[in-house]
Amino acid sequence: MDREQMALLKEIMEVGFLLVETNLYLDTHPEDEKALRLHNTYSQRYDELTSLYEARYGLLTFTGKSGCPWSYINGPWPWEVNFDI
Amino acid sequence: MWIYEKRLQYPVRVDTTNPTLAAMIIEQFGGADGELSAGIRYLTQRWTMPTNQAKALLTDIGTEELAHWEIIGTLVWKLVKDATIDQIKGTPFEAHFVNHGKSPFPHNAAGDAWSAKFINSKGDPIADLHEDMAAEQKARATYEWLIKISDDPGVTDTLRFLREREIVHFQRFGEALMIVQEELNRKKYY
Ligand SMILES: [Fe+2]
Ligand SMILES: [Fe+2]
Repeated sequence: MDREQMALLKEIMEVGFLLVETNLYLDTHPEDEKALRLHNTYSQRYDELTSLYEARYGLLTFTGKSGCPWSYINGPWPWEVNFDI
Repeated sequence: MWIYEKRLQYPVRVDTTNPTLAAMIIEQFGGADGELSAGIRYLTQRWTMPTNQAKALLTDIGTEELAHWEIIGTLVWKLVKDATIDQIKGTPFEAHFVNHGKSPFPHNAAGDAWSAKFINSKGDPIADLHEDMAAEQKARATYEWLIKISDDPGVTDTLRFLREREIVHFQRFGEALMIVQEELNRKKYY
């Protein structure tokens, strides 16, 4: 994994984590408009980042569109990623 | 249903091969208060939750726990993947190695296999949410013991992240408990 791919993956992980936080918070505070605005902003950003990543480096989820060959199987798999680069 | 996202929830870094530390961290892979217990417990309790907030929360925290289970498996794997036989011999990981090689396996640090006996689903939302809050505190405490014995800065960083998550989960379960209690009281009086 080169630096550019790593940077994009890390950004996806960061925004993905913010979405986990707003998700759990909203589960018990479903009428919190400020949290909803944050969630929707992160959601938009997450879609943009994952679309970009999947077009360049392969699918993150099987529901996406792939060229030939099937890019979902591309390594490294999550437990093989070296985050030190 | 579930869809796999092909990424970890947190960037897992391991600085040095360390089979002994792997054998201790496996406590959270297959121990009573580990991530597998947490995930299966919450996902199993969903059917009898009375409010949408609690149904959603058990679904989403249960799912996050499976992501934590994957993080723990990755920590264990990165700690042992480059280990030589000499580095494994004489460590607490040796007993694991003769049965599972370098594969993570859901047992605790003492080698006892994971069991559904570690968890419960009472069919009673008040009892279940109290169990869940206790489970989060027990997971937090386990992470604190692990942080004390970790001498690997990368591993410690990931353990701290996981510890923080259990604190957030405890908070959210407490909120869900209040919501469920209000709902049950409302039903009693009207
Ligand atoms: Fe967890
Ligand atoms: Fe948790």
